[in-house]
Amino acid sequence: MIINHPLLGPRDSQEFTYLGDMSLINRPDWEADDAVDQFHEYLYLRDNPAGEHKELWFHEQGDRSWLVVTRNTLTHDITKVEIAKDIARQMGRSK
Amino acid sequence: MRYSGFRVIKEALTGHKGWKPTWRDAEPQPEYDIIIIGGGGHGLATAYYLAKQFGQKRIAVVEKGWIGGGNVGRNTTIIRSNYMLDGNEPFYEFSLKLWEGLEQDFNYNAMVSQRGILNLIHSDPQRDAFVRRGNAMILNGADAEYLSREQLQEELPFLNYDNARFPIKGGLAQRRGGTVRHDAVAWGYARGADQHGVDIIQNCEVKGIRQKNGKAIGVETSRGFIGAKKIGCAVAGNSSRIMGMVNRKLPIESHVLQAFVSEGLKPVLPGVITFGAGHFYVSQSDKGGLVFGGDIDGYNSYAQRGNLPVVEDVCEGGMAIMPMIGRARVLRMWGGVMDMSMDGSPIIDKTDIEGLYFNGGWCYGGFKATPASGWCFAHLLAKDEPHETATAYRFDRFHKGLMIDEKGMGAQPNLH
Amino acid sequence: MTQNNRLEGGLIDRSKTLRFTFDGKTYQGHQGDTIASALLANDVRLMGRSFKYHRPRGPLTAGSEEPNALVELREGNRQEPNTRATTAELFDGLSAKSQNRWPSLSFDAMGVNDLLSPFFAAGFYYKTFMWPKAFWEKLYEPIIRRAAGLGSLSMEADPDVYDKGFLHCDLLIIGAGPAGLSAALTAGRAGARVILAEEDFLLGGRLNAETFEIAGMAGHAWAAQTQAELASMDNVRIMTRTAILGAFDHGIYGALERVSDHLAVPAAGKPRQTLWRIYAKRTMLCAGAVERPIAFKNNDRPGIMLSGALRTYANRYAAAAGQTVALFTNNDDGLRSAADLAAKGVDVVAVIDTRADGPSVQAGAHFKGAQVVDAGGKLGLNTITIKLANGQTTRINCTALGVSGGWNPNVHLTSHQRSTPKWDEKIAAFVPESTPAEMSVAGAANGDMSTHAALANGAKQAVTALKDIGIKATAGRTPKAEDEPINVSPFWYVEHKGRAWVDQQNDVTVKDIKLSHQEGFRSVEHLKRYTTLGMATDQGKTANVPGLAIMAEMTGKSIPDTGTTMFRPPYAPTSFGAFAGRHRDEDFRPIRKTPSHKWAEEHDAVFVETGMWLRAQWFPKPGETHWRESVDREVLATRKSVGICDVTTLGKIDVQGTDAATFLNRVYCNAFAKLAVGKTRYGLMLREDGIAMDDGTTARLSENQFVMTTTTANAVPVFRHLEFCRQCAWPDLDVQLISTTEAWAQYAVAGPNSRKLLQKIVDKDFDISNEEFPFMGCGEITVCGGLRARLFRISFSGELAFEIAVPTRYGDSMMRALMEAGEEFDVVPYGTEALGVMRIEKGHAAGNELNGTTTALNLGMGRMVSKKKDSIGSTLSEREGLNQADALNLVGFKPVNSDETFSAGSHFINSDAQANAANDQGYMTSVCYSPNLGHTIGLGYLKDGANRMGETTRAVNPLMGEETEVEIVSAHFIDPEGERLRA
Repeated sequence: MIINHPLLGPRDSQEFTYLGDMSLINRPDWEADDAVDQFHEYLYLRDNPAGEHKELWFHEQGDRSWLVVTRNTLTHDITKVEIAKDIARQMGRSK
Repeated sequence: MRYSGFRVIKEALTGHKGWKPTWRDAEPQPEYDIIIIGGGGHGLATAYYLAKQFGQKRIAVVEKGWIGGGNVGRNTTIIRSNYMLDGNEPFYEFSLKLWEGLEQDFNYNAMVSQRGILNLIHSDPQRDAFVRRGNAMILNGADAEYLSREQLQEELPFLNYDNARFPIKGGLAQRRGGTVRHDAVAWGYARGADQHGVDIIQNCEVKGIRQKNGKAIGVETSRGFIGAKKIGCAVAGNSSRIMGMVNRKLPIESHVLQAFVSEGLKPVLPGVITFGAGHFYVSQSDKGGLVFGGDIDGYNSYAQRGNLPVVEDVCEGGMAIMPMIGRARVLRMWGGVMDMSMDGSPIIDKTDIEGLYFNGGWCYGGFKATPASGWCFAHLLAKDEPHETATAYRFDRFHKGLMIDEKGMGAQPNLH
Repeated sequence: MTQNNRLEGGLIDRSKTLRFTFDGKTYQGHQGDTIASALLANDVRLMGRSFKYHRPRGPLTAGSEEPNALVELREGNRQEPNTRATTAELFDGLSAKSQNRWPSLSFDAMGVNDLLSPFFAAGFYYKTFMWPKAFWEKLYEPIIRRAAGLGSLSMEADPDVYDKGFLHCDLLIIGAGPAGLSAALTAGRAGARVILAEEDFLLGGRLNAETFEIAGMAGHAWAAQTQAELASMDNVRIMTRTAILGAFDHGIYGALERVSDHLAVPAAGKPRQTLWRIYAKRTMLCAGAVERPIAFKNNDRPGIMLSGALRTYANRYAAAAGQTVALFTNNDDGLRSAADLAAKGVDVVAVIDTRADGPSVQAGAHFKGAQVVDAGGKLGLNTITIKLANGQTTRINCTALGVSGGWNPNVHLTSHQRSTPKWDEKIAAFVPESTPAEMSVAGAANGDMSTHAALANGAKQAVTALKDIGIKATAGRTPKAEDEPINVSPFWYVEHKGRAWVDQQNDVTVKDIKLSHQEGFRSVEHLKRYTTLGMATDQGKTANVPGLAIMAEMTGKSIPDTGTTMFRPPYAPTSFGAFAGRHRDEDFRPIRKTPSHKWAEEHDAVFVETGMWLRAQWFPKPGETHWRESVDREVLATRKSVGICDVTTLGKIDVQGTDAATFLNRVYCNAFAKLAVGKTRYGLMLREDGIAMDDGTTARLSENQFVMTTTTANAVPVFRHLEFCRQCAWPDLDVQLISTTEAWAQYAVAGPNSRKLLQKIVDKDFDISNEEFPFMGCGEITVCGGLRARLFRISFSGELAFEIAVPTRYGDSMMRALMEAGEEFDVVPYGTEALGVMRIEKGHAAGNELNGTTTALNLGMGRMVSKKKDSIGSTLSEREGLNQADALNLVGFKPVNSDETFSAGSHFINSDAQANAANDQGYMTSVCYSPNLGHTIGLGYLKDGANRMGETTRAVNPLMGEETEVEIVSAHFIDPEGERLRA
């Protein structure tokens, strides 16, 4: 596969390491009353769609960016590649 | 119809006119006691044992395509019970024992061939881990054997002992491990289930699960609604798609695992050999092809096909331990979709929806588990309580912190 | 007798005569021959045996789709099984052997299987061999396995080299027949970067096999002229002997170039084969079509081949498959052989056309509406039986029969991404329906069966493909060429008693397909699996469509409703060697060497693989005969005075920024926010699931700069994890990371004299006394007169110890300087074994303990997990399953009888209990002989171990036949109060 890195252009996916669903960005609040429940759902449960999937890839052999790749799990077509840090901020994550 | 050598001779002499369909291609009835979704190895085995072992009636298996077309028809055919952890080893040993009596049980020659499985050891820490594992196997009543480098040189002289990047330091063997003709497992279970009255309904895709008052009451299919008192989901690879129909997330991701076969070769490998410093495992089929595989591609996929980097990685592993295969040719490669679970171990459990039961999360170890998975799932469906060897395979183990993590990789499915 | 069947003309070079042997007999051929064409020229039709029935076989085809003529090529360690005689190029001195026969090709004892064939119907083995149970493995299977397989391996390591390469292009053209050449010309002239890949050693495809003219010249001459023009373009790369193996995601194609297979041995420095990964913006599949046979009784006799193959052998290779030839066809293309062979002087004795209304051709006899119903001649065809339109039968003598059942477009690569082709009634074949996004299809591969259509569409599609990527091209005028329809009238098999072969290699007959239907194996997937149709080395290229058509007839459905053919990579079987490339033997994976590697080699170190690293394991001295002698000496000398170990392999990560302390406080489960500048702290890192991930020390060099160490094994995953935390979990923290593992050479200097040794090399400005530089101190210093260095007072061994880091390029010098400075203290270098012994003596956890399933609680560090802050893993570490009352605790073990030993991997069983899983109390993780204590010691996880000090239990190891009574002791065998490391 080829991942079109937003900063570096098209790169072979072999340069990257895969993590999984983008929802892993959304780390729960440790102080919530149901923190264990939230962390359980966050860490273990997945939508696992057959179709469009937003997922995290790490440019391990490259610039060490974490990317959010929008990829279809039925066809492997990639329609969007974004910098994960930007997405994380959009999702309200900060310090 | 009973199969036997005499029957084969009789038919041969009379032009094979007497053979009947191996299983009936059943039409769906309006309602069943138990419906199994998924006509793969696990689903068919479940139906077979439900009918034969647990005395259940009015059972159907619904399959979206043709039976045996999923992972039971696209794997590397290995059976073994060389697990380490308490939650796993008794189950897989139960499975291996069922394999050992399977053909006589369902009167179909699935070519269970216990020519042994060998895990090669390349470092001291790896040896420590394999010794621990071998002892766990023995303590659970399975067989395990430690082989020194010298014993291996005697037994498998063609392995690369001299020029290896990661020299072979020993091995852990399970002589009762081996291979089975994978398609025949599906067909044998289908035939056995059919003979016990199970309806096998092919080309019947489940589109939804109908619920009433929080209870599952049947499946919506491409061939209409079929009612059921209990529904068992056994569709590993596609588990999230079925459970998504009732809005449930699973501790599972779907990943593609490639497998390979070489051109037919005169016999060179006695049993299954697994490389310990790379991703490569291989056996030789009764037709002579080297059947081999390696690591999963590593990204979520339902595409039943993989990519070149893993192909190369696997063949590099092969050449690393047996450089005499350099001139043998890879004939065919294919991909299967795996339910990769969060701890590398499966789930056989009730769901939180009454009447809906789940079997999945087999990662790439589902084939060897087929008989025990079927038996234990049938046990659960029939008795509403887990079989004694499958008590750990619960959904709530992640919430409780009771993971069964053989590889110690944590909640990252592509590393199991 | 030499080359009796050699004809006039052809594209062989008669000036070069090549000698070769087949089954030990010597023959002659010419440059440009394949093994098959040369053998046919020498009147040898029998080249192989089939898989199941061991039927005598000759070539069915003249290409890579060949099911029958497979040979073992070359000898010794270059022996190459299952090589297609139809594509293997002849070279001088070639030797080949037939396969799957004993004792000889013409007399094969296993041929008895053929007589027993009624018993060996499809799937017979599923129904028998089950009684008595033990007989399957002891008797039946060994017999079956002995008969299994085709060719054999030499069992010696492959001596040749394989390469891998990467290529990029605008347009990859797959196949250099008329469509491919036309496309390449169009794209090449437009300046696009073109790769033209052709499986054959000649460009031209069918043009080399036919007598067609293009633009008034012979087709092969037009191909040669086109090749010359393409070769003159810098932007076009022509790759002959290159098969495209697979179409992978996003325009990535695998290709195998057979660089040296046409030579006796590869030229010096050249690989045998190269695996290319081609990144193509657009591809055109111009792979042509393969002819398919018609099944009839005994249609597998040597001498019966595809009609087009007859023409290929005659026109291209100037070889006749026989002197008297008949043709059997259901289409016009099959008739072409009549004129071509007659023109070469071959006697065409009969043409049998299944169609009553087919066109007439010149031949000895022409039977329309007729069928070939039988063929005779066990080791070579000598007669055929024909059923005439009027129902009568007649026999005709002939030594070759050309069969044509129509042509199947080579859609193989279009289906690698699992799209299915569609049925085209016009040519009675599957044509591509959808393709990978970047691929288009032209020529016969797309069902355009005439030369003119191939030329025209090749150019047209090239223009379209290039337009997609912004390159303007124009299709030139299509040269004048043959443009005839093939007028196929589907006809798949002759209804007749007896066996008619569909898949020749695997011996699948029409009867087998009928039986498959009768037993309910009716879907194409079941058919293939039950009968083995299409599972042979040719992947059913000639067999699948006829097999499917026959099943369709049984079910009464149309062919497309019965199923489609689905091909999987590789297009052509490809050697393991090529896929592995140079990643074999010692080069399987890269080697990382430590900065002191050269020094260690000079001092006779024994090295051990630690991941990619090679580390010194121990340093044997003259006279030491057993590794334990060396290791014990290194340990004792270190604990007595001082020892040095290269610990560069530990991961080192620089953490900087105003939020660096906050960041570390979140990634370690223990507190880090208030670590003072100039101090180092042990840190335990958890995964989010609360399991220990890694441990190490982190030093605060300044307010905003920390240096973290990780274990050797986890250097990469920890760094990845930290980047995840930094970029995804807390994107606004002001923190930056960089891995400096390779930037710093680091040495542990351990032992009571370590300070004295270091004082000799540390520059005088820096005071490293216990007062100024206490345990867990750290600092940036200079050594050896100004070389910048980092010094950490940390100890893995439990002794007074330091780790000193210098820039890597000074690593070798530093090792030498340390050894020289230590001479007066009898310094020793120590390797990973002594390192391991000392850490076990001290009770430090390492990889064996941090096995991915253990928690801080298990490690005896439960209280380190701070509940006052958020850190990775802290929440889920609270789960009940990770906090059970009888949880495993890491404790020490020693033998009750100190002469006894035990092994890592043993399990603990209480003294009075039976050794079984129910009584399993835990397992031993690390074991060594302690030279300081004089007996074996171990670390292990024991249920409730922390509360069982002083008890005895058993370390059982049935795998090795060991069982030892052990006492449960503190894991800290040496200096439990930690006085030494604070000295």
